[in-house]
Amino acid sequence: MHEMSIALNIIDIAHEEALRANAKKINEIEIEIGTISGVEISALEFSLDIAVKNTFLENAQRKIIPVQAKAECLECNSIFSLTTFYEPCPNCQSLTINILQGKELRIKSINID
Amino acid sequence: MCDTCGCGQPNDEVTIRKPGDEKHHEHKHTHEHEHEQDHEHEHEYQSHSHERTIELQTDILQKNNLIAERNRGYFEAKNIFVLNMVSSPGSGKTSLLERTIKELGNKINFFVIEGDQQTMNDANRIKAVGAPVVQINTGNGCHLDANMISRAVKELDAENNSVMMIENVGNLICPSLFDLGEAKRVVIISTTEGDDKPIKYPTMFASSHLCIINKTDLLPYVDFDIEKTKQYALQVNHHLEFIQLSVKTGEGMKVWYDWLRNSMKNK
Repeated sequence: MHEMSIALNIIDIAHEEALRANAKKINEIEIEIGTISGVEISALEFSLDIAVKNTFLENAQRKIIPVQAKAECLECNSIFSLTTFYEPCPNCQSLTINILQGKELRIKSINID
Repeated sequence: MCDTCGCGQPNDEVTIRKPGDEKHHEHKHTHEHEHEQDHEHEHEYQSHSHERTIELQTDILQKNNLIAERNRGYFEAKNIFVLNMVSSPGSGKTSLLERTIKELGNKINFFVIEGDQQTMNDANRIKAVGAPVVQINTGNGCHLDANMISRAVKELDAENNSVMMIENVGNLICPSLFDLGEAKRVVIISTTEGDDKPIKYPTMFASSHLCIINKTDLLPYVDFDIEKTKQYALQVNHHLEFIQLSVKTGEGMKVWYDWLRNSMKNK
């Protein structure tokens, strides 16, 4: 259940940024989670529900945006979407691929007052 | 705050101890020391500002990654070769460490950090074979993080030109996300597990450098297909190296020792 660690990190970062900006409250937070990052969005939502109590994020709207994993085939240079780490290139079936995106764990933005 | 449920129970604190320290429960640090500001703190504001959006693009694991890089710098400066050993519980991580220290301990200085939810058992086993060791008990936590290593390293005070083996909490999922500052990540799988583990838990195999397949002495008795495992693992990570061995019989241990010596030289 590493999603709780991720949730606590999100709260810490949002807290620090809100203080730095002299914010009264955080209205909304946008979080980007890669589809092969190893973090389950539903588990993260569940963890955040509990962890945000009595923090800056308690009443903030949360937008969790999945980032679709993409890879580049090192044999034929095709770029394709993938749902797992081990999908062959749809063009040439090679498994020698380089993951371009999908591992993101990022706070994109916060909207504050 | 506890990693698992978010509660603040003191039982869930991470403890870092050397064998023999069992009775001392004075924790100099707690999780809370990282926070400069209290969550419950009331803020007074003289002026109110307009609603605005701040673009952050901040890596959620930036704190861990920053501490991991600091650890890495410390290890590099002291020429300490650090391995992060990850696996399911029961794959034979501690036995591998024990045998390695017994057989190479007169040539290489080993230091060990043990990670488990509870007990000093593994640290006691490592101490018995003669290597300096600290035990991290994560309480309810399911993985080691860079800050725990930073604290443990200060307790351990490892010598220059040595090898540090970090035995992570037995778990194939959570530890994969947390860089500790290691030079290499070693994933261990044993022949009593399913041979499709690399594709069931791809994140760990994707982030490792070496895959050790242990308990090869049991191959005649189990339905484990080594070639299939390697194939699956290479699908996930085409850079992965493999060593198959039996810690019990010693078969293949020489290949592991050669890998260790070469990696120390070429790191």
